[in-house]
Amino acid sequence: MNAYQVMLVATVALPAVGAGLLSMLPAKRAGIIATVFAAAALIPIVALAFAADDDDGIRSGAAIHPWAEVDLSWVPALHLDFHLGVDGVSYPLVALTGLLTLLCCAYTMWRAPAGGSPRTLLVLLLILEAGILGTFLSLDLILFFLFFEVTLLPMYAVIAGWGGEDRRRAARKFVLYTLFGSMLLLIGVLTVAVHAGTADLVALTGGTGLTKGTQYAAFALFAVAFAVKAPLWPLHTWLPDAHTQAPTVGSVILAGVLLKMGTYGLIRVGLGVTPLGAEWASPLLGILAAAAILAGALICLRQTELKRLIAYSSVGHMGFVLLSIATLTTTGVQAALLGNVAHGLITGLLFFLAGAIKDRAHTGELADLGGLRETAPRLAGLLGFAAIASLGLPGLAGFWGEAFAVVAAVERGGVLWTILAVLAAIGGALTAAYFLRLLRKVTHGPVGTPVAPAIAGAEWFAWSPLVALTLAVGLVPSLVLAATSLPVEALIP
Amino acid sequence: MTAAAFGALIPGAPLLLGLAGLLIRPGDDDEHHTPRRLAAGLGIFGAAVALAVTVELLLGATMPLAANTHWIGIGDIDVTLGFSADLAALYIALAVGVVALFVQIYSVAYLHDDPRYAPYAAQVSLFTGAMLLVVTSGDLIGMLVGWEVMGACSYLLIGHDRRLPEAPAAAVKAFVVTRVGDVGFLLGIALLAVDAGTTRISVILTHDYGHGTLTAALLLVLAGVAGKSAQFPLHTWLPDAMAGPTPISALIHAATMVAAGVYVVFRLYPLYAQSPAALAVLGVAASITILLGALSATAQDDLKRVLAWSTVSQIGYMTGALAVGSPAAALFHLLTHAAFKALLFLAAGAVIHAVGTNYLSRMGGLREHMPITFWSFVVGLGALAGLPPLAGFWSKENVLAAAAHATDGSGPAPVWVAWLVWVAALFAVAITAWYATRLLLCAFFGISRAHGPDGPDWEVGFDDAQYTPPHAPHDPPGLMRWPILLLAIPAALLGLAAYAPGFRQALELADPHLGVAVVLPLVLLALGAGSAWWRWRAAPGTDPALVLGPARPFLAAGFRLDDVQNRLVVRPVKQLARLARKTDERVVDAAVEGTGTGTSWLGELVAEMHRIALPWAALIVFAGALLLTVWFGVAS
Repeated sequence: MNAYQVMLVATVALPAVGAGLLSMLPAKRAGIIATVFAAAALIPIVALAFAADDDDGIRSGAAIHPWAEVDLSWVPALHLDFHLGVDGVSYPLVALTGLLTLLCCAYTMWRAPAGGSPRTLLVLLLILEAGILGTFLSLDLILFFLFFEVTLLPMYAVIAGWGGEDRRRAARKFVLYTLFGSMLLLIGVLTVAVHAGTADLVALTGGTGLTKGTQYAAFALFAVAFAVKAPLWPLHTWLPDAHTQAPTVGSVILAGVLLKMGTYGLIRVGLGVTPLGAEWASPLLGILAAAAILAGALICLRQTELKRLIAYSSVGHMGFVLLSIATLTTTGVQAALLGNVAHGLITGLLFFLAGAIKDRAHTGELADLGGLRETAPRLAGLLGFAAIASLGLPGLAGFWGEAFAVVAAVERGGVLWTILAVLAAIGGALTAAYFLRLLRKVTHGPVGTPVAPAIAGAEWFAWSPLVALTLAVGLVPSLVLAATSLPVEALIP
Repeated sequence: MTAAAFGALIPGAPLLLGLAGLLIRPGDDDEHHTPRRLAAGLGIFGAAVALAVTVELLLGATMPLAANTHWIGIGDIDVTLGFSADLAALYIALAVGVVALFVQIYSVAYLHDDPRYAPYAAQVSLFTGAMLLVVTSGDLIGMLVGWEVMGACSYLLIGHDRRLPEAPAAAVKAFVVTRVGDVGFLLGIALLAVDAGTTRISVILTHDYGHGTLTAALLLVLAGVAGKSAQFPLHTWLPDAMAGPTPISALIHAATMVAAGVYVVFRLYPLYAQSPAALAVLGVAASITILLGALSATAQDDLKRVLAWSTVSQIGYMTGALAVGSPAAALFHLLTHAAFKALLFLAAGAVIHAVGTNYLSRMGGLREHMPITFWSFVVGLGALAGLPPLAGFWSKENVLAAAAHATDGSGPAPVWVAWLVWVAALFAVAITAWYATRLLLCAFFGISRAHGPDGPDWEVGFDDAQYTPPHAPHDPPGLMRWPILLLAIPAALLGLAAYAPGFRQALELADPHLGVAVVLPLVLLALGAGSAWWRWRAAPGTDPALVLGPARPFLAAGFRLDDVQNRLVVRPVKQLARLARKTDERVVDAAVEGTGTGTSWLGELVAEMHRIALPWAALIVFAGALLLTVWFGVAS
């Protein structure tokens, strides 16, 4: 094993080990231990970025060229190998996961939400991190499915244990709905593995060894499974309930990275393994994505609760990402990767801020809030920044994904895709309308519920990296896209 | 460092200093003056750097300047980070820099007791940088960044005043209406970029587009232009935007942002010249806007709204000039308009500062108390109306001449468009003279109406400087006075620059020719101004707008286009949103919940069936067995 392979295993292992240790050690210093492990997990992640430069041994024929990979046989009868690898497509999401988990652990250390013990929450956060990182790093389809499932129950527990008043129902809905998606994913994964005789993603990418019919069937299963996770309209209704009830850190992880497993899966598995199926289904996917953009925006215009509004805004934003993917162009897939990361940063920040406002005002009803810029100017400024970033202001991270979703749809050409481009652009204008409505209700106007202006150190610690990265990715989008053009081109049929 | 890379400081300095300024703690307490001074320093320094670099480049560098570097490649589309400027662009940058610098200085005094001055100054800096980015960007995406950041800053600044209940709504309206136009702008850019494979402007201008693609793309870009430059039918946000502090109106709603649309068409003019259809649409919108703005301006009681509607109308002159194939005249009018309209707004700020109201019906007799402000108004309004030899006369004359010239079919646009623009522009000359005269008379002549019919207790409206009016109005303090005085110079003399060969070549302006054609607009001007004055003489102290009679409320409401917009766009969208939410809850989510409850119900049913008594169970088993036997018996 060379150093990068060790790093690769450590990326997944460190949070898992941390979770194990934490559950055995006394609860007293749980916050510090969890934060240390979350920070430690960032070290191999940062180190892996340097592996990108060593990438000169591009293997001929294969569509995925990991910067670093580990391939150990595990259960050969099930085609299950412990095969991890990182490339330009997965790396930004891996980094985002590491960052957001660290911020969430630090935030929990400072202010644990009411409910179960903080230690258990931290353990769950670390398990979640391990599962999500494993999903992004898996290069074996069965392993991908296993990691995909690992994330499900911890998230259920986070919502059910530390959520709002209606948490049990919301958590149940979340877990049953996504379990339904997972079932389809399992069938799809097995279909592919049985027909192709391997579950190795490197070998499978490009659709080798699969007939047209198998690809169609498998893609249909994958698409529905990932559409539930992403979520794609009309399979989205678990999301608003889950977000509204989840504690702040739960919402941040859920919106920031958990949803990205759906879009990442669609790119890596859907486009990669079943390209013919993707081509066949792309018009339907595009139509649903445009519907998601418009439906999400319109529903947001009528929302009266802060977190629910932000949750629905995710439906619209992920609609842009899915539309980008559905165009099946290099421009589109790259825009999707950017949109993924941007949404993770910006919506993560929005949920942190919404949580801060709800904690202080003890209400999230827009009608009861107001005048935030009078009582808490700094908080109002940050909320304004996050909202303006989320509505896709050029120069900030959200712009690239959304604008180039439109460009990609125009590039795909034809009547249908041109109409979808127009609808997506109109959705962009509606996005501005509902975010400004939100700002007008929360920051402007007479003071509704007074909000304490002081911002704690832990809050600055959790928020400032997100603010800085939103600006940085907006100005230098190649931070995310630097190493994506080759792997993405390999995916496009 | 090359001159072009040096030029990146023009937008860069205000943008960076603006971002830094946003980090300053808002000085909520009175004892701490440091944040306030720091904010003012950063703001003024940013504008000054941009201005100095512009002047330096204008004097020293060889034109045109261009530098660009790869920004990012997304798919097959190459996005560059580029600086590109010729003399015309630098002249615009000069105008922006001058107005921005004066507005920053003026704001120090105007917002002297505003606790949220620090973010205000930073936002003005960001705004200035964004406008300069639009002017100097060599890439469409860079231009779009400036374009939208400007919109966002405009939103923040219009909503700045905490004590105006209408300010937040006006801010939202300004951003959303322009954003609706930007739907087209983005799609237009996408069409242009996808076909050319890059967003670099110099490549796009020389790219060979298909006829259909080009016309579609240019029309879509025009939607964005109409939004930003307040052209019919997307002009409705500008009058409401007057809820912003007055210096902001001078910067955003006179000299810069509303001119950005005109500049974008100017920048892409080689493409527009190939598309008569796009120019025809532009010309029709311009003609409607010219008359709509001018007529609405006649009936306003709010001083700033008169100026806002006149801006709408004057921008119409610029787009009209573009439509008839004379980008030079458009740019010339843009420059003179920036000077005299910024002057008018800053002077209006001085009036509002002194009398504590925006309403003309509560002013009057200010001439003796505020001589400097009065004479500034005379210069500004004279230039607006096109009185020789003030700046507006020369540029308006250029627009009219270009339109008249194009009526012989020599321009890129159809002949009827030229006629339309020419006639509308001529009519508007008379109307402009009329409302300019009315404004001057109502505000500065006659007797003071400061104590209205209901006594002195009327202190409402856009008194955005948190200010108790003094007993006797007076000219503003130095920090406000000097910007006004200095702006009066270009407002008066800039027109004569048409005689300077260097300037004329930079804009590719035709030689000034004062032939017989000048007579017609001058006669109309005299007619307009004279009739307002005659009315004032006939009934001293009464508002000449009374002559409008029953049409006045209709004109004052801007032809009720706000209502139309409400009925056609806002309400349907709201209803659609309600429908979407209901569908989401009662159909989509209900189906999911229904599946859940259905499954539990089915489970209960099956559980129930397991509990039935033995005789019944036995009977069912036997019946089943019988059924199967018969079934298979028949089948075999």
